[in-house]
Amino acid sequence: MTDADGRCTGGPLSTGADAERVQEAARAVVAEHDPRRVAAPEFLGACFDAGLSWVHFPEGLGGLGVSRGLQAVADAVLQGAGGPVPFWLNPIGYGMAAPTISEHARSPELARGWLRPLATTEDIWCQLFSEPGAGSDLAGLATSAVRDGDSWVVNGQKVWTSLAHRARWGLLLARSDPDQPKHRGLTYFVLDMTAPGVRTRPLRQMTGQAEFNEVFLDDARIPDEHRLGAVGDGWRVAMTTLMNERSAIGAGSAERGSGTIGDALSLWADRPHRRTPVLRDRLAGLWARAEAQRLTAARARRTATAGSPGPEGSVSKLVAAELNQDVYEFCMDLLGPEGTLYGSYEVRREGGRDADWRGAVQQRFLRSRANTIEGGTSEVLRNILGERVLGLPGEPRTDSGPWKEVPRG
Amino acid sequence: MAESTTTPATTPTTTPTTTAPVATDVPVEFDVTDEQRELRAAVRRFCAEQSDEAAVRRHMESEVGYDPAVWARLGGELGVLGLAVPEELGGAGAGLVEQAIVVEELGAALLCGPVLGTIGLALPALVAATPGPLRDELVPSLVDGTRTAALAAPEHAGLFDGHAITVGAVHAGDGWELTGVVNQVVDAPGADLLLVAASGPEGVALFAVPAAIEQVEVEPLTTLDLTRRQGTVRLREAPARLLAGADEIDGVLGHAFYVGSALLAAEQVGGAQHMLDATVAHARERLQFGRPIGSFQAVKHRLADMLVQVEHARSTAQHAAWALQSGADDPFLATSIAQATCSDAYYRVAADAIQLHGGIGFTWEHRAHLYYKRAVTDAALLGGAEIHRDRIAAAVLDHVVATPGVPPVADGRPAPS
Repeated sequence: MTDADGRCTGGPLSTGADAERVQEAARAVVAEHDPRRVAAPEFLGACFDAGLSWVHFPEGLGGLGVSRGLQAVADAVLQGAGGPVPFWLNPIGYGMAAPTISEHARSPELARGWLRPLATTEDIWCQLFSEPGAGSDLAGLATSAVRDGDSWVVNGQKVWTSLAHRARWGLLLARSDPDQPKHRGLTYFVLDMTAPGVRTRPLRQMTGQAEFNEVFLDDARIPDEHRLGAVGDGWRVAMTTLMNERSAIGAGSAERGSGTIGDALSLWADRPHRRTPVLRDRLAGLWARAEAQRLTAARARRTATAGSPGPEGSVSKLVAAELNQDVYEFCMDLLGPEGTLYGSYEVRREGGRDADWRGAVQQRFLRSRANTIEGGTSEVLRNILGERVLGLPGEPRTDSGPWKEVPRG
Repeated sequence: MAESTTTPATTPTTTPTTTAPVATDVPVEFDVTDEQRELRAAVRRFCAEQSDEAAVRRHMESEVGYDPAVWARLGGELGVLGLAVPEELGGAGAGLVEQAIVVEELGAALLCGPVLGTIGLALPALVAATPGPLRDELVPSLVDGTRTAALAAPEHAGLFDGHAITVGAVHAGDGWELTGVVNQVVDAPGADLLLVAASGPEGVALFAVPAAIEQVEVEPLTTLDLTRRQGTVRLREAPARLLAGADEIDGVLGHAFYVGSALLAAEQVGGAQHMLDATVAHARERLQFGRPIGSFQAVKHRLADMLVQVEHARSTAQHAAWALQSGADDPFLATSIAQATCSDAYYRVAADAIQLHGGIGFTWEHRAHLYYKRAVTDAALLGGAEIHRDRIAAAVLDHVVATPGVPPVADGRPAPS
């Protein structure tokens, strides 16, 4: 499970001495670099140097080598003093790149070289996984990486890359051996997004905005030392990244009536003339589902704290996505003709997770269509629940031979 | 069941849940203690031995509908009928969360007995009534399982409905006499004691009436769910003793129906989980087109949806019991959330279980229909999902007024720059 910033919590039990150490370090940072006075990069750099960016990382790499549960202790002091929430400033960097780098970088020097500017948010990170031909079937991806002396030459196309236009570095999964079965021929790299042969193009979505990008790779070169993990071991490294992504989704809101259902409740309260008994029934049903989801997320957090993650966590993403869609469909039905108006289809590129970016209800409604696709489609999630939680057998497979012989569309 | 006597539930005076070394360790919602795990395991073992499918079918077709000896063992040997009853009344004083675990397991096994009438409604009514010799006399035998009870009080939307009383009460000497008819009283057939709401000169009050007297007739009804009996109660100048007067009956029966709703939700979770497990097992073993049917996504995805429903039901049912026990949430909302969720979930899961079993699931021989009928019955008792959603709407939607924080709604005009 994760806290609100998408960081993993739990892990080995912490000692009181560790907690005190973390708290003292955080207080020292706040005292010497008042976050209300200094710029975010300076403050976040000080946090990194004090080992408070990811407290469970090794010392020197932005951590103190203590239990990850103590991150909450650090954040309480740092953000309590007005410090920024770093996850919002560099989500892929903090949430996915950092854990992957700290675990798989070839040397501590390389890791440190990436992690500090990541932590200060001077270097934004993105993730180059999905391709036009590899969405749910990520391991079937086709972007090739060919060894050439001390470096690799990469060719292919990536898609759904948020923040690619602002990113300095990208986490890249590419095929290094097409003769191997698909999961075995992959290698994981850190790609310099400013290197020659890397071209980024905004991908406009149905809301009119461009949260995401397409990234074209034409003979882009990557030094071998920027490889993470062994050649052919990319799938295992990618699991580190994806586990951190999945755990960041579906955390659920803590307060009754908050989050998405709160939008519907507010609209309902604000537009009494639009109420009908049938809409009332629908909203009551949505409210009850939101409550069941909220309580299930709370139970999942409790179970995870106790050490054994149960099925409640896997359920959360699936339900949250479908509930989001149903809630915004309700909002549109409540608005009636008003819902047929829109703010602006002018392309906007600014990424971010603030309320302004979510836009008006009509935009949130359109955006919710992606909820059941991104981060694992609902179809794939139901397979995961069926196979990994309920233990049902998988489909017969036709993709177990060498990757190059697997049919692709 | 020798091993069960070593479980905490059987030795209420020494169990950690009652002597509570918890001063340093405040219980948190959704925590599961070792004692609770042992309690669940003990009840599950007992049910496996005493309430397997053959036993359920035997009791289903018997006249009384359950085995009083098994019920008495649940109360005496295991001590799990009065877990939410305070110790000074002869209960275990553990809590409603613990009682809900027991009811969930009884529901999973479809154990025949007056679970709803006695544990769910009569005991909570007695516990909430004013202390007195009558209460002290009645509670212990219900807790130890030697006697059973049913509640004959009108209910609407899972709440006591004092306007629908069909029984009259008149003074008779030192006591009272009740006359009237109450339809569809759950667990009345076979009950030793009836708690009857009746309208008297001072208003509506709750009375205790022994069932085995000539002025009381309980006519057994054929029920859709043969494992949960109902009867029509006819009272003709039946001698009665006053349990709760006009000034306290709303509180007493309010509590009883809240507890009944929470425990019914727990039972629904138990039944739904059992049906899910049975259907998963079937989908892994049953071969068609040369492969297990569970490998087909049409089947797998339906099972995944059943899992989601069971998990949601479990969360809301646990929350309802926790809310009533700890006072952490509004009982009106907590029980409605649970009933709205669990009634739908059990019904849907049981219906899908029949579908995924195919033809065998429609036979008398297969147990799916027993659970399906229980699911239908549970959904209808104490208010169905729609009635509870209506309660929710009344509480959270009907009286809201606009406050700041309304999400922006685009009006089609250019944004002011």
